[in-house]
Amino acid sequence: MDLILIQTLNGLASASSLFLVASGLSIIFGVTRVVNFAHGSFYMLGAYIAWSLVSRFGSASALGFWGGVLLAALLVGLVGLLIEIALLRRIYQAPELFQLLATFGVVLMVQDVALASWGPQDLLGPRAPGLRSFVSIFGNRFPTYELFLIVLGPIVLGALWLLFNKTRWGTLVRAATLDREMVGALGVNQRLLFTSVFFLGSCLAGLGGALQLPREAVNLHMDLSIIAEAFVVVVVGGLGSVTGAYLAAVLIGVMHAFGILIFPKITLVLVFLIMAVVLIVRPHGLMGRKPSLVQQGATMREPLLSPATREIKLLGAAALAVLAIAPLLLGNYGVSLLTELVILTLFAASLHFMMGPGGLASFGHAAYFGLGAYGAALAAKWLAAPMAAGLLFAPFLAGLAGVVFGWFCVRLSGVYLAMLTLAFAQIAWSVAFQWVELTGGDNGILGVWPAPWAAGKTTYYYLALVLCTALVLALRVAIFSPFGYALRAGRDSPVRAEAIGLNVTRINWLAFIIAAIAAGIAGGLYAYFKGSVFPTYMAISKSVDALLMVLLGGVQTVSGPIVGAFAFAWLQDWLVRGIAEYWRLVLGSAIVVLVLAFPQGLVGTALRWRGRSQDDDVPAEAVR
Amino acid sequence: MLKVEGLHTYYGRAHILADVGLEVAQGEVVVLLGRNGAGKSTTLKSIIGLVPPAEGRISFRGTSIAGRQPYEIARLGLGYVPEERRIFTELTVDENLEVGRRSANGTTPVWTPDRLFVLFPNLARMRERAGSQMSGGEQQMLTIARTLMGNPACLLLDEPSEGLAPVIVEQMADTILELKREGMTVLLSEQNLRFAHAVADRALIIEKGRIRFAGTMAELMANEAVRTQYLRL
Repeated sequence: MDLILIQTLNGLASASSLFLVASGLSIIFGVTRVVNFAHGSFYMLGAYIAWSLVSRFGSASALGFWGGVLLAALLVGLVGLLIEIALLRRIYQAPELFQLLATFGVVLMVQDVALASWGPQDLLGPRAPGLRSFVSIFGNRFPTYELFLIVLGPIVLGALWLLFNKTRWGTLVRAATLDREMVGALGVNQRLLFTSVFFLGSCLAGLGGALQLPREAVNLHMDLSIIAEAFVVVVVGGLGSVTGAYLAAVLIGVMHAFGILIFPKITLVLVFLIMAVVLIVRPHGLMGRKPSLVQQGATMREPLLSPATREIKLLGAAALAVLAIAPLLLGNYGVSLLTELVILTLFAASLHFMMGPGGLASFGHAAYFGLGAYGAALAAKWLAAPMAAGLLFAPFLAGLAGVVFGWFCVRLSGVYLAMLTLAFAQIAWSVAFQWVELTGGDNGILGVWPAPWAAGKTTYYYLALVLCTALVLALRVAIFSPFGYALRAGRDSPVRAEAIGLNVTRINWLAFIIAAIAAGIAGGLYAYFKGSVFPTYMAISKSVDALLMVLLGGVQTVSGPIVGAFAFAWLQDWLVRGIAEYWRLVLGSAIVVLVLAFPQGLVGTALRWRGRSQDDDVPAEAVR
Repeated sequence: MLKVEGLHTYYGRAHILADVGLEVAQGEVVVLLGRNGAGKSTTLKSIIGLVPPAEGRISFRGTSIAGRQPYEIARLGLGYVPEERRIFTELTVDENLEVGRRSANGTTPVWTPDRLFVLFPNLARMRERAGSQMSGGEQQMLTIARTLMGNPACLLLDEPSEGLAPVIVEQMADTILELKREGMTVLLSEQNLRFAHAVADRALIIEKGRIRFAGTMAELMANEAVRTQYLRL
């Protein structure tokens, strides 16, 4: 009985800080329609800045501590303000995924800025003055600071409610959430409104981070760990709903606290299971509503997928010929690099298959790549399976995950889908990370070697080249098959596609599974290529790599992801070898610049220059 | 008061408006008639800046407004009432009015919720009701009231009679005439000739993005040929 009470209180305390972050994310999304990946970075910055300020002001005095915490929240708000003005303002009209990607660029940049400013070691924060003691609850000692946090959550919720319901600013913000164009036509300066909302949301994230100071050490991984949980809270609560965010934060905080008691190994999985259950019952979250059609109409039209012209086919054949004779000209390093490239190309093409024709933008595609790699590695480690069997088990495991995860994901669309795929990828990652007995945890699985006949670097290269080329071509054939047309019909107009008898959900599900299987094969090949697998194969950054490859190349052509994979691998190789330190800062800036400069991707921009613009044959009726 | 010259507007590469010109004088009610897709809504959206025109001059009370942001144009005293009503469905009637509120700029009557409830008595009975719970006619009244809260000197009304029951259409006509008596300048788009006849001083006919006829309402009513060519379905 006591234990239940104490764990409930623990859960409520963590729910409060989670709520602060998630409510900021939700408010920003509600008005600007941007899912701000950098929100976790604001949280981390809040913690770091508060640590510095409190250290300087002196943590003994109440003014020093609380003043430092509040000032940190305001400073983070200012950082958010600057990012909104410098970056987001320019990409409000860009496709959702580009916005996510640009804010992920900010995540990378902030990581290196924090590393340079505060160093790699964990920083221990001071206790809060006045709240250092414990209270006795049924004979258990419970920290007063935790009680303070429990009370703070509802207070912030109430304050936000008053702000949104009882002030003119709040009314304007709610109106802009529903129809921002109309708000502008009524004489309201939206830019100012957006900037102020972004400031508020960033302040909340900064406050959430600053208040963690007495609870946990400040470290460089706070950003991504909180953002995944905040995404879950926002999706479960309903995007744009502050009350929903609170309910979801409490639900997840409390379940988490109990999960630690019951299944300490799979606490992260538990969080995502709750999400799955809620989304089955209420697809748009506890307090969420179906997004209105007006807002969807405001986003960009999906680009047309054009079949390759004769020249491009010849170019492709020539490129393949070059790849086929390349090992004769290159040394060992070159062959290794090319092998990796060929595998990455299949990975990118598999993501493109669901993203381009399917319109299913996945932010967690690395899960299927990683599961493929683990499939091969587990088969090798536990079953002593030969390579051929491992390469079969890889797509099987990835495909199985595609069946299960996909079932949930295809019921959502747009950013909801992107956030859900990310959450599932985090489940897969946490299983690989936490289930040490099976997967070796952080140490990974070593000794995944190819069969003796394929052990030579050149032989393995040819094996990868043949398999990947065949699969990329197969995906291409599928895109221009009746299945591909049905997929695109579902993407462009789900309602009309349903009306002519297409089961859009099932078609999308199938596309999801195919993409997962293809990614799984890429992962299996990668495992045998590297000889080892690690949880990082499923990390968020790996999913972003895939997205970068597809978006770099451009979504609207089949050759786009191939070009993108090569461009990306070259860029990364150059970054890692050229500037080992602070490569994140450079990569992050590169992403931001690319999004600002090439909203169409490389191939798309090239096509535009050639005048094969997609605007050419849009009938007037379609856009009116 | 409002003058448009040589307006060209595109959606992508589709040429929607070609050389549209029109003028509305102080206190006048002018109607823009035409079939579906003729370019009526686009003309109004180009004026308020929601669809920025590619070419052309638009001046409002002596200020050039082409190429400006919608909120800047609205602040100069041009009120826009959209065709799809676009009220804020999750906000109450009072809150919808609050979003539209802007301080008066001297030359126009000062609209307050209380004065608007005299003009639209239906709304007075549902001040706390959410926009999504209202009928089409009530929503249409609210969208006009909301724009009036900005105390505009000139109203752009996009098909105010569309989709309304005949009795509500009559009320709508009375409302516009009442606004005209208050000295409001109105440019409205319409397909309903009877409604237009009841409220407008002058008429323009637009067809395939070009102005085909301009004259007084009486001239249009007398000109059977023009009406048959451009308005009959």
